[in-house]
Amino acid sequence: MLAEFGYGVLLVTFLLALYSVGASVYGYYNKSASMVESARRSMLLTFPLLSIAALSLISLLVNGDFNVQFVYEVTSRSMPAYLKVTAWWGGQAGSLLFWSWLMSAFASLVTLRKWDRDQEFLPWVIVVASVTLAFFLALNIFFENPFARLYQTFDGNIAAYTLAPANSTPIVPADGRGLNPLLRHPGMIIHPPMLYLGFVSYVIPFAFAIAALVTGRTDDRWIRITRRWSLWAWLFLSFGLVLGGRWAYDVLGWGGYWGWDPVEIAAFMPWLTGTAFLHSVMIQEKRGMLKQWNMVLIILTYALVIFGTFLTRSGVLSSVHAFAQSAIGPSFFVFIGVTFVTSIALLIHRWEDLKAEAEMKSMLSREALFLLNNLLFMSVLVVSFWGVIFPLISELFTGQKVTVGPPFYERANSPLFAALMFLMAIAPLSAWGHSTIQTLGRAIWKPTIAALAITVAIFFTYTRNWIALIGFFLVALVILVTLYEFWRGARARQKTQGENFFTALSHLTGKNRRRYGGYVIHISMMLMAIGILGIELFQNETQGTIQVNQSLELQGYKLVYKDIAQWDDASTGVNYTRATIEVYKGGQLVTELHPRTDYYYEAQQNMTIPGVRSTMADDVYVLLVDWEPASAVGATFKLYVNPLVNWLWVGSLLFLVGVIIAAWPEKDPERVTVRATRSARQTSAAD
Amino acid sequence: MKTNLRFTFFVLLLVLAGLLVAPVSAQGAQPPTDDDVNAIAKELYCPVCENTPLDVCATQACAQWRDLIRLKLSQGETESQIKQYFVENYGARVLNEPPREGLNWLAYLVPPVIILAGAVFLVRALRMMKKPVAAVPAEGPRVEAPADDYIARLEEEVKKQK
Amino acid sequence: MTETTETPIRRGVPLWAQIIIWVGLLALLVMVGVTLMKRQEGTIQPGDVIPDFSLPLFSGYEYAGQSEVKLSDFRGKVVVINFWASWCKPCEQEAAELQEAWEYYEPTGQVVFLGADYVDTEPEARVYLQKYGITFPNGPDMGTRISQLFRIQGVPETYFVDKTGVLRYVQVGPFSSLGQIQAQIDLLLAE
Repeated sequence: MLAEFGYGVLLVTFLLALYSVGASVYGYYNKSASMVESARRSMLLTFPLLSIAALSLISLLVNGDFNVQFVYEVTSRSMPAYLKVTAWWGGQAGSLLFWSWLMSAFASLVTLRKWDRDQEFLPWVIVVASVTLAFFLALNIFFENPFARLYQTFDGNIAAYTLAPANSTPIVPADGRGLNPLLRHPGMIIHPPMLYLGFVSYVIPFAFAIAALVTGRTDDRWIRITRRWSLWAWLFLSFGLVLGGRWAYDVLGWGGYWGWDPVEIAAFMPWLTGTAFLHSVMIQEKRGMLKQWNMVLIILTYALVIFGTFLTRSGVLSSVHAFAQSAIGPSFFVFIGVTFVTSIALLIHRWEDLKAEAEMKSMLSREALFLLNNLLFMSVLVVSFWGVIFPLISELFTGQKVTVGPPFYERANSPLFAALMFLMAIAPLSAWGHSTIQTLGRAIWKPTIAALAITVAIFFTYTRNWIALIGFFLVALVILVTLYEFWRGARARQKTQGENFFTALSHLTGKNRRRYGGYVIHISMMLMAIGILGIELFQNETQGTIQVNQSLELQGYKLVYKDIAQWDDASTGVNYTRATIEVYKGGQLVTELHPRTDYYYEAQQNMTIPGVRSTMADDVYVLLVDWEPASAVGATFKLYVNPLVNWLWVGSLLFLVGVIIAAWPEKDPERVTVRATRSARQTSAAD
Repeated sequence: MKTNLRFTFFVLLLVLAGLLVAPVSAQGAQPPTDDDVNAIAKELYCPVCENTPLDVCATQACAQWRDLIRLKLSQGETESQIKQYFVENYGARVLNEPPREGLNWLAYLVPPVIILAGAVFLVRALRMMKKPVAAVPAEGPRVEAPADDYIARLEEEVKKQK
Repeated sequence: MTETTETPIRRGVPLWAQIIIWVGLLALLVMVGVTLMKRQEGTIQPGDVIPDFSLPLFSGYEYAGQSEVKLSDFRGKVVVINFWASWCKPCEQEAAELQEAWEYYEPTGQVVFLGADYVDTEPEARVYLQKYGITFPNGPDMGTRISQLFRIQGVPETYFVDKTGVLRYVQVGPFSSLGQIQAQIDLLLAE
């Protein structure tokens, strides 16, 4: 009953979404405010309805109604309740419903804001949000029904059906298959929701952009409204990516955090255009330029979100992450075709209306540097997109399957990222509207000398690897320049306000949240860069089969195999093999590690969980490898030493702080829109 | 007596020479370590799994392939020979990059071409947006010491905010 | 919103740019669409004519002294092509039955069994073949070319080709009995 009820709710919500689209369009063209209001209300209704549908599914999951196919596929008796709840997004059908639920939440949130000044946007924002929502609901309703039940038909076949076929009997398996063991880790629990939050929130700025194109209100009103949306969307997406990396590192057992897998890249591409967009909108706000380009960027971001979701779920790509092949591919494909063509056509139609008046004063002005930033991000996008698409092309035209792997991406993207880092050092010193080599040179020479000094110190104490040295130089330069900006600003306030340094600092940041939050984000990215440089350039590994009390050595660490234990846990259905390893450095016992393999009986799958000892200097990461069965006689261990990797995670925490600073609401939000002066001397220290 | 001594000396010399040579050939007889196998397996992808590198793949098939690498290494094959063998037997998808031949050249050439085109486009767009020469002298006086300029701007802003 | 250009002509996006954009988008959609269709295709189906392929054979598992055979060599005979691998557990379920069937039909000279070893290593393959006493011609599917021709979805899969070179039956997964194999072959032999 509950499943049928849930499906019914989905159907009603779908119809409501369609109605919203129709009512909005009708209301816009017939200038009927009441129709638009009706559309808005029906949009608002979708959220409580979908919450009910979601709760129905969760209830089925938690209560283990295995007659429902989705429940059978992703839960089992031995799973704890909280895990059964997270199984909601543990499979295709459920995660599509999760997507829809988030979409309705954000659409409702946006329709609840005050629309007085932007009445003409409302219908089209509703249209875009509702069309997207309707599409994802249609996937659930027609192709991947999370509420479908299992029946055995006349001819003996068992399959899932929305409605019971004639002459069939319901099948109720005794136990479910259980969630993929890999998905039971805390990082994996929040990684998909975080990513979906990012993806779905980008629909809102896109909706406003389309509204601006359709209504012809091509000034930067749509950007100002969606500024905070874009920032939060970017935060969620960034965090989704970082969490994915953390999860891979903790649980997948290959000593790394990013494999340049096509599905990883599918989530990375909208992040690239999203970051470019974040910077480029500042140019539009400050100088009124780049309206066309900003439209291109937001349309691209939405397109990449949908395209990435399609690639992940359709089975088109070869990937470790890909969902099992599904029937949703073709309809997704049609949706992509329609949205791409419509967006591009609209943009071309309004192209001339987006022309800007301002001009570029100097090649080193902040606008020019931001444009260079955009070029670099787009270049990384081109490399990544081509690498993902090329195997498809090769297979189509030559029949030969090829793999495009890490060497391709690393070789191409490393210089691009280095150039971006260099930009991060220069751009804060350059002014809006005007800068010359002299002004920049004067500002930057001190941090450069200091950065060089640091690099030389690293050369003598840590490494001679020239790539690392360039990387560390750039990191030091960016951090020094950015801290210098904080210092200069605070000192200026000290002089003029008479505040002490720390008050000056906090007021400075408080009054210019976007700029100084952005600087904190830049610093956090440099911390993450330290981690990435460390693990990519200096990772060391070794593997060996050793007996008890024998050891493996690597980079000054000695790991002694002390013990092994193996036991079954009937409540979780897992067989554990757990080794005890003592870690010595310089003869001193540092810690004890416990790498283990968990064998899940029902899934017939192994998980290798590493034992990790973390410091800021490095990680000692040891795996119990199951090439040969482990025992006290001999067990195979793989040992990684990952220098500096924890800077990556520390940096991501600082990143969170930076985004919160940047996104924190101003006390007087409308003040920002008043200062839309177009004077040639416009340079603004306060955001 | 003297010949005896010389003879013994030469025998000792030969034995010593033999001892020096022996470790070299004994090294060749040492079985390849897991690290040797992993170094090559890292660069290959599992032929049956979806996009999984061969050194981390946990299936039995992958274990067999790693043993194959070990066998070939002990037979003295080089890394490129082993990779070549894998390509012949399992197709080009086992390599972590498309082999540089035929259509695959597009994989490597297209991105730089597009990026270059983008850069050219950007430069031209910037030039088009740049104000004509006449306006340049007006910007002279604005070239002040950045610190004072910055502080001046900041002061201006602060005054506005007060 | 006034334009600073001298003449108020609505230029819009230049034609060459529009052409590139639309052609590019079309190309992308076509490629993705065709790939999607291919993924949904499944194995080749009965009624399809199979293009000729050549299978190198393991030494000791030759056919009539030849160490490499072509499908076209067997025109006029019924051909049974079995895809397997030593690391494939379900393959073991049908190995004995396949050998039995081969021993039954080989004397007639009208039927050929070909084993295509999918993505495997020779030493392990030999161990498998010896374990089940397999004697019919067997060889590695080099570069997965043959399995790509058949678009196999996994192993084991067996393909029955009639005397005219047309595919007549596809068995996905292991056979459940000798009788199953014989039924298919008898059908094709009778033609």
